[in-house]
Amino acid sequence: MSLQIKNLRVYYQTLRGDVKALDGVTFNIKDGEIMGLAGESGCGKTTLGHGLIRLYPPMRFVEGSVELDNEELPVWDMNRMNKYRFCKISIIPQYAMNAMNPTRKIGKMTSELLDSRKVNYKKTLPELKRRLDLVKLTQDVLNMYPIELSGGMKQRMVLVLSTLMDPSLLIADEITSALDVSTQKAVAEMLVEFRNRKIVKSMIVITHDISILYQIADSILVMYAGKLAEKASTGIIVHSPRHPYTKLLISSLPKVGVKYSEKKLLGIKGNTPLLLNPPIGCRFIDRCPVAFGKCVEEPPFIEIEKDHFVACWKEYGKNA
Amino acid sequence: MLKLDKISKIYKTGTFGGKMLPAVVDVSFDVGDGEIVSLIGESGSGKSTIGKMILSLINITSGKIIFNGVDVSTLKKGILKNYYRNVQGVFQDPFSSYNPIFKADRIFRTIRQEFFPKMKESEWNEKVNRSLRDVGLNPDQVLNKFPHQLSGGQLQRFLIARALLLDIQFLVADEIISMLDASTRVDVLNLLVDLKSRGLSILFITHDLNLGYYISEKAVILYRGCVVEMGVTDKIYYNPLHPYTEMLMASVPRMDKKWEEVEMELKARQIETTVGCVYYERCCAANKDKECARNRPQLIEVERDHFVACSRCMEE
Repeated sequence: MSLQIKNLRVYYQTLRGDVKALDGVTFNIKDGEIMGLAGESGCGKTTLGHGLIRLYPPMRFVEGSVELDNEELPVWDMNRMNKYRFCKISIIPQYAMNAMNPTRKIGKMTSELLDSRKVNYKKTLPELKRRLDLVKLTQDVLNMYPIELSGGMKQRMVLVLSTLMDPSLLIADEITSALDVSTQKAVAEMLVEFRNRKIVKSMIVITHDISILYQIADSILVMYAGKLAEKASTGIIVHSPRHPYTKLLISSLPKVGVKYSEKKLLGIKGNTPLLLNPPIGCRFIDRCPVAFGKCVEEPPFIEIEKDHFVACWKEYGKNA
Repeated sequence: MLKLDKISKIYKTGTFGGKMLPAVVDVSFDVGDGEIVSLIGESGSGKSTIGKMILSLINITSGKIIFNGVDVSTLKKGILKNYYRNVQGVFQDPFSSYNPIFKADRIFRTIRQEFFPKMKESEWNEKVNRSLRDVGLNPDQVLNKFPHQLSGGQLQRFLIARALLLDIQFLVADEIISMLDASTRVDVLNLLVDLKSRGLSILFITHDLNLGYYISEKAVILYRGCVVEMGVTDKIYYNPLHPYTEMLMASVPRMDKKWEEVEMELKARQIETTVGCVYYERCCAANKDKECARNRPQLIEVERDHFVACSRCMEE
């Protein structure tokens, strides 16, 4: 097991109380697994990503444990995490394309970044150039300013930067959402390539676009309102999901060759609950078409088949 | 209803505007009554520029846009306002379309000041409520709120409702659902379809081919400002002929096939055409719809010591 997360809770502190953005999350990622993390905006995907690497105010660590390669990560301690950040666990944040320092040439910026981790830039340079070739960027980019690169090029540059120290876990947060289809495909395939070459051991790919995950991910974890809804291998999530939310989400996606005149797609009625005072019990209860009496209790996240976890009262009965 | 006739847009770039950047080059297509046309292309293909030119937000370098027989580019201030009674746009990012200091319904008030200054308060409120209900919102729940209190889907529908207040005939929808969540996305799409059935024409600008196929009858594929393929959506989807369209179709992340499979299929199709007569592409006598494309003709002896490989001779 590369990553083991147990009962992780991260809240946002506000004047009106805690916003429970990540409320008791437990799952594992195997070595070499690319796990997709899907869900609507505000379901806690990004909070989970950041929670594993850098908790900044108003984020507050409540409880839980994170183990990476059998070593416990002190996620609640800003300073002690420094040792792991970038070296063992790395993140490509959302809008990473705009994260590069606009006043530095990219080579200079990289050398400053490596200096801060006490790594020699000159010695790393040959490897850096090899990586640039791998993502099909010319070595000239090191002498360019970020403004001279296109969106897809910046995204690939950030990918190279984040993985330069061969981290064990890479968190990629919405890295394809601002790109158009052909660039999207190129970047997504590069993620897989990095895993196949063992530059990165395992990955969490955060996106709201399940069709991208279907292309590259080994397994998909679906979140809803700060809780886990379902985790299974990609094929099962897409073709035979069990949780009602996953079912509705998958069926609402427009597919190639579906026309409104032949098959009208339906969205999911209602809105996601506010996480300041989330409903007790299953958080999907208000929008769920199959909710029944038992749903006022909180459903546990249980393995109903091998590697298939679901949090829904309706689904346990069939296997129990 | 709307006809684009060879419109071009050249942006001037560089320090003193010395460099020319052609964003749209000789684009012509038309949108009929109650028709949805998808304008599909990657970023930088000029699709938003076309939208802005139709809305007369930027000047046209050359060519004409004709709306119901009137050349839009010649319209001046007063008449242009009349044009906006008929043509409105909704844009990509619902969050930045609002001023966060004011309540969201201010966008309705500005419409009233500009277009309906003489209408009575009660009559106006009724109109706003009707328009909101048309886009599937409950007026009591969404009026009198600040933009941050509403979700992206609600804000986007607000903007559509605003456009509907004017009894418009034509809507430019520029990437209006790319910022929305999967579950609300479909609702907004279905809303557009409903509006269409009431006779509204829509130019649906998108980079997502799946959405384009779902909603529209006609599609226009744009690359670097030029139209590379256009026509009935079904034909473009099931039989893309331009290599760029093929490439786009192959890169769309699908839920039924993986990228490798799609690439394999494309290759298989290419082989399919290479199994036909080698001269097929350039042959003027080829029987274009049958034999020549599929079977490579055998070399046969048509007369003594004279061999030909052509299906025309095989029949004889």
